[in-house]
Amino acid sequence: MSAPEQLPEIDNGLLRFLTCGSVDDGKSTLIGRLLFDTKTILADTMNAIEKTSAKRGMTAVDLSLLTDGLQAEREQGITIDVAYRYFTTGRRKYIIADAPGHEQYTRNMVTAASTANLAIILIDARKGVLTQTRRHSYLASLVGIPHLLVAVNKMDLVDYDEATFERIKADYLAFAGQLGIKDVRFIPISALAGDMIVDRGERLPWYAGPTLLEILEAAPAAHTEQAEDFRFPVQFVCRPHDSANPELHDYRGFMGRVESGEIAIGDAVTVLPSGASSKVKAISLGSDQLERAIHEQSVTLLLEDEIDISRGDMIVKTVEAPSAIKQIDATVCWLSETPMSPARTYLVRHTTREAKAKIAKIDYRLDVNTLEQQPVTSLAMNDIARITLKLAQPIVADPYRANRATGAFIIIDESTNNTVGAGMIG
Amino acid sequence: MSTLTKQTLSHLDWLEAEAIHIMREVAGQCANPVLLFSGGKDSICMLRLAEKAFRPGRFPFPLMHIDTGHNYKEVTDFRDKRAAELGERLIVRSVEDSMARGTVVLKSADESRNKHQSVTLLEAIEEFGFDACIGGARRDEEKARAKERIMSFRDEFGQWDPKNQRPELWNLYNARSHKGENIRAFPISNWTELDVWQYIAREQLELPSIYFAHVRPVVRKNGLMQPVTDVTPAKPGDKVEDVLVRFRTVGDITCTAPVESDADTVEKILAETATTTITERGATRMDDQTSEASMEQRKKEGYF
Repeated sequence: MSAPEQLPEIDNGLLRFLTCGSVDDGKSTLIGRLLFDTKTILADTMNAIEKTSAKRGMTAVDLSLLTDGLQAEREQGITIDVAYRYFTTGRRKYIIADAPGHEQYTRNMVTAASTANLAIILIDARKGVLTQTRRHSYLASLVGIPHLLVAVNKMDLVDYDEATFERIKADYLAFAGQLGIKDVRFIPISALAGDMIVDRGERLPWYAGPTLLEILEAAPAAHTEQAEDFRFPVQFVCRPHDSANPELHDYRGFMGRVESGEIAIGDAVTVLPSGASSKVKAISLGSDQLERAIHEQSVTLLLEDEIDISRGDMIVKTVEAPSAIKQIDATVCWLSETPMSPARTYLVRHTTREAKAKIAKIDYRLDVNTLEQQPVTSLAMNDIARITLKLAQPIVADPYRANRATGAFIIIDESTNNTVGAGMIG
Repeated sequence: MSTLTKQTLSHLDWLEAEAIHIMREVAGQCANPVLLFSGGKDSICMLRLAEKAFRPGRFPFPLMHIDTGHNYKEVTDFRDKRAAELGERLIVRSVEDSMARGTVVLKSADESRNKHQSVTLLEAIEEFGFDACIGGARRDEEKARAKERIMSFRDEFGQWDPKNQRPELWNLYNARSHKGENIRAFPISNWTELDVWQYIAREQLELPSIYFAHVRPVVRKNGLMQPVTDVTPAKPGDKVEDVLVRFRTVGDITCTAPVESDADTVEKILAETATTTITERGATRMDDQTSEASMEQRKKEGYF
């Protein structure tokens, strides 16, 4: 091992992003390049891919092999699922969700996008904006990814031509407007040659903007910069009943994660769906007592009053209480190989609550390439559709556009327990 | 896209919050979970996370270790001590008992027992009726883990079918299972080796002594240092050297190699981890070197 050098000082949190594109766009090469140029790839891994590259008769190391996944996929020569990769720059930790881009993998892209705050949309500079570019952009926008970065790749194959880049940018902006995508940036890159990824390189002097990594380093980590309402789904109730410690006799800690907004000691809260009200007495994280808790923190709340609260309830600020609903209009993505059966009862899991659900109606299926609305009576894997669900018990929800955590749900098939659908309310 | 205004968590705080959330989901969704605790660094982090998730209450699950009988005494002693300090129940089930029952049959007396842990684990799951096992595996450890779910579904034979895993969206985890089936839950999936060491440093977690630099007799073979122990004695012709080493991972003696290092504090280990040039498993695991797909193969057979 080498001598100790300075430790990485990570102060800029964590960014989760998604890469969209097919193998032909150089997506794997881009990820490989990011991992390689940030020195995430260690010697033994590098040796392994050098050997494989040589075995396959390549003259240079194929960085795309770094993201090659399971044996089953290698045999088929395709990637069939979402893989997660990690790297750190010293300033920030990154989680890449790597989803294959082919049409039949809509569900993989929706899955990968659900936890991402930024999407890199890859375009082959020789091919320009394609149907799949539109599809990826639409899905990213549907799942509410706030920041899109369009990377025009393979600039080395078009002689690093500025006019080509500008033309693709104009083409993209023309349809992005129709989709309502607001925050979109463009960058010319060559993942293969390493231009404008981590290092600027010398071959794109006409591009004055930041490198791809600089854009990632500066992107907001929060899903939204807007202030959000406080939402605290209760996961677990702590009642220690420790006979050796009488102080804990009346202890009732409500454990969960602040899904949005923030909460401070003294805030007036309401418990839904019961509607009981109280005030926050204490907020704890392990042995630390906190004055306030922010978005994404897992904490324990203690309330002033003894209220009956259990898993599945939601604690909200009294002034920002959402309503409980028993019917939801939603956009869903069908995930299962078994088609949706409109006559069946499914289970909806929303925050920490489950409710039985029936399909009240399917409005239409959306063609993700043309955005055309098509009438259907059932949904197959990878379909995106507008539906209405009737629930046996109420859920406390917000529109997905306003709140990703309380606007999302999954659909479970109770006979197999599989997750068969993903939905966004509103 | 260029300003950072809203207050957000540091990367360690975020990872901690996510892990606590996952543990509470397992406790909330599963009737009879268990937390696998080996005394290794990842599972030591898991215990601190469980404390933060559930104190002042007791853990809503016991701890369990599947012991190959070939573990370092420093680690098993630490395991017992830590469980006692926490006042939590520790179950130990042994591969040697499975061998006595005849459910584990070694090809030869000196075959590694490591992969046979799967059998003992499945027997213990059946014995106690566990519906979920919480483990400290990380996606960065190995290629076959990069696509692993946070809640990973195993069938009645404990098998992991990479093509039959539940899609995982947002932080809505599906830990449902039918009787006999099992969920493996991985709260620190998104952590890297460096994150683990940073967390150990921040939380000032105590570790078994063999994680720190110490002099140990070893034999150099195939680029790895094989420790000379009662279980793995030197063979005739082996050149035994006393080397200053530490372990990056601890596990079965027959398949865990130390690395040369003079790092005798967490801070020095952190510095080494940040600048190392070899992956954790590449440097230390003899069992993963046999084939590029060996981890995937073991997982399909029920390995954790």
